[in-house]
Amino acid sequence: MTQWKVILNIAKTHLLTKMKSTATASLGVTFGIGAYITLVSFMTGLNAMLDDLILNQTPHIHLYNEIQPTEKQPIALYDAFEGAFNVVHSVKPKQSQRKIHNALPILDYLKKDPEVKGATPQVRAQIFYLSGSIELGGNLIGVDIMEEVRLSNFRDYIVEGSPEDLQNLDNGILLGAGLAKKMSLSVGDRVQISTVRGDIFPLKIVGFYQSGIAEIDNIQSYANLATVQRILGEATNYITDINIKLNNIEAALPMSQMLEKQFNIKATDIKTANAQFETGTDIRNLITYAVSITLLIVAGFGIYNILNMLIYEKMNDIAILKATGFSGRDVQLIFMSQAMIIGLVGGILGLCIGFGLSVFIDQLPFDTEALPTIETFPVNFKVHYYVIGIVFALISTFIAGYLPSNKAKRIDPVRIIRGT
Amino acid sequence: MSPVLETKNINKYFRKPVDFHVLKDISFSIKKGEFASIMGKSGSGKSTLLYILSTMDTDYEGKLFLNNELVTGNSHQALSKIRNEHIGFVFQFHYLLSEFTVLENVMLPAKKLGVKTYQEIENDAKEKLEMLNIGHLGLKRASRISGGEKKRVAIARALINNPTILMGDEPTGNLDSFNAENVFQIFKRLKEEQGLSLLVVTHDYDFAKRTDRIIEMEDGRIISSGP
Ligand SMILES: Nc1ncnc2c1ncn2[C@@H]1O[C@H](COP(=O)(O)OP(=O)(O)O)[C@@H](O)[C@H]1O
Ligand SMILES: [Mg+2]
Repeated sequence: MTQWKVILNIAKTHLLTKMKSTATASLGVTFGIGAYITLVSFMTGLNAMLDDLILNQTPHIHLYNEIQPTEKQPIALYDAFEGAFNVVHSVKPKQSQRKIHNALPILDYLKKDPEVKGATPQVRAQIFYLSGSIELGGNLIGVDIMEEVRLSNFRDYIVEGSPEDLQNLDNGILLGAGLAKKMSLSVGDRVQISTVRGDIFPLKIVGFYQSGIAEIDNIQSYANLATVQRILGEATNYITDINIKLNNIEAALPMSQMLEKQFNIKATDIKTANAQFETGTDIRNLITYAVSITLLIVAGFGIYNILNMLIYEKMNDIAILKATGFSGRDVQLIFMSQAMIIGLVGGILGLCIGFGLSVFIDQLPFDTEALPTIETFPVNFKVHYYVIGIVFALISTFIAGYLPSNKAKRIDPVRIIRGT
Repeated sequence: MSPVLETKNINKYFRKPVDFHVLKDISFSIKKGEFASIMGKSGSGKSTLLYILSTMDTDYEGKLFLNNELVTGNSHQALSKIRNEHIGFVFQFHYLLSEFTVLENVMLPAKKLGVKTYQEIENDAKEKLEMLNIGHLGLKRASRISGGEKKRVAIARALINNPTILMGDEPTGNLDSFNAENVFQIFKRLKEEQGLSLLVVTHDYDFAKRTDRIIEMEDGRIISSGP
């Protein structure tokens, strides 16, 4: 039977009479946990922002026709050379169209799939933007604008004008912000574009598009699907890309593999397309935890030292307690309680400091051209980081307290009382 | 009358710094309500014997019985409980928890036992302190009282759980004659009124000769066990 009241009372008295050491040990934990909370909130905030920046613009599955050479060159089909060692020079890509075969039936099929949140057709066209005698190379993407807005945060990236403006104007264009700057154009102006074949079309600027990624903003613009088809002189079934958004991102890889087989088409999933991006996220997380754990280990050594010192000073107390009927386990619990109190107090203080710093960072202005939707530093406030933080603090103080308290448990009272 | 404490052929050796046979074939018993004293020259093994009898030292050969039950070989946990409940011990030097008040020091073993309420324990502790003429010290820090006072606080603490037997290693050691006499009278009264058994190591022959029985030790052996 453990008399917790007595044990905690003795632990409390020890801690209070050694206020300075107690404070030092607790502050160690406070710093460790405070740093963890601040770092993890900021880093994951940053991760979420970058996720938004790149991943939200990337479809979960992207279907397109890849220009590539055929696997089987014609000579392989010729019986006379079967089994021979054939060398083919100057292999050319297979003769095929950019457009997706049966794009409309595929779209219909996808829209019926319950796993699919939405599928949008796109027509990508290589074009030139004409500004006086200067020709700027670029892309014009024909989209079903209202579907894009529904499925991604496309609207956030339209810095002037609105998706509805594009929807309502047949020959409108959402011009890349970088292009607008280069050509000194503003909303309402007209811009001439030319196709690869040389046909020239005037389009009216209904807004600007700014993704935050300069390479895109300097070349890419959006127009209605039908407009681009007309510019290219193609029929309404001419579709070069299909972007698919799923209800569950984890289904992207298996589904892309299935679609590839089923429709004999190239399908890339988001995970494969952004593998390096995930690495960046992982590394940021790794840094956060490495720094926090290092700080906690330092704090742990502090607790270990202070407890060792305390036990050395309290040899007499330990001997007396044991002589008057406290068991080794009781003595161990007394010192473990001290460690845990230090961990709990230091940890809770650390959570508060971490929260305070996070709030502070969250209010710092963060103005960057590249990120039109962000105004302050991104910070992620999630309860589970705070739970992890306090558990961290308790585990590290438990480990730091265990060894010294175990020593106290085994102290032989006779040796102390005899005074040798 | 049945013995409260009994030893059978207790032997103890120190291995370090050299092999040393410190207790040789110690067999004796203390009856209920008996007030016995141990005398002997310094180094004859009195303290060593007392540590074994108090169950703190378990490194010995032979058998120790308390209330006719074998104590030898019990787990540390069980021995702690036995010490807490049945044995009151007064050390050769005054040992108190210096950061606690006198009253808290006296109350600790009773709180560990956990049978009585806090209020009952506090009343008991005050009563014991009164009995030893140090009632007024209750709220002082243990580090702020004199050596003689500490010794009496230690006696009060040893008595708080109404033990079966009280052991003392020179409990009147550094007390003036007035306080030494006071302690003797208290021991005598405890024996007479409550039937407490006492085993006290002393150098004071005047003290010893007024006890029921003198056990004499020499070179780790009992050479006479009174009366
Ligand atoms: N831890 C120890 N290691 C070795 N010898 C010891 C130890 N403790 C005591 N002794 C020796 O044992 C003998 C008995 O000591 P002790 O019981 O303290 O005697 P007393 O209390 O009768 O004066 C002494 O000779 C002492 O030197
Ligand atoms: Mg001695």
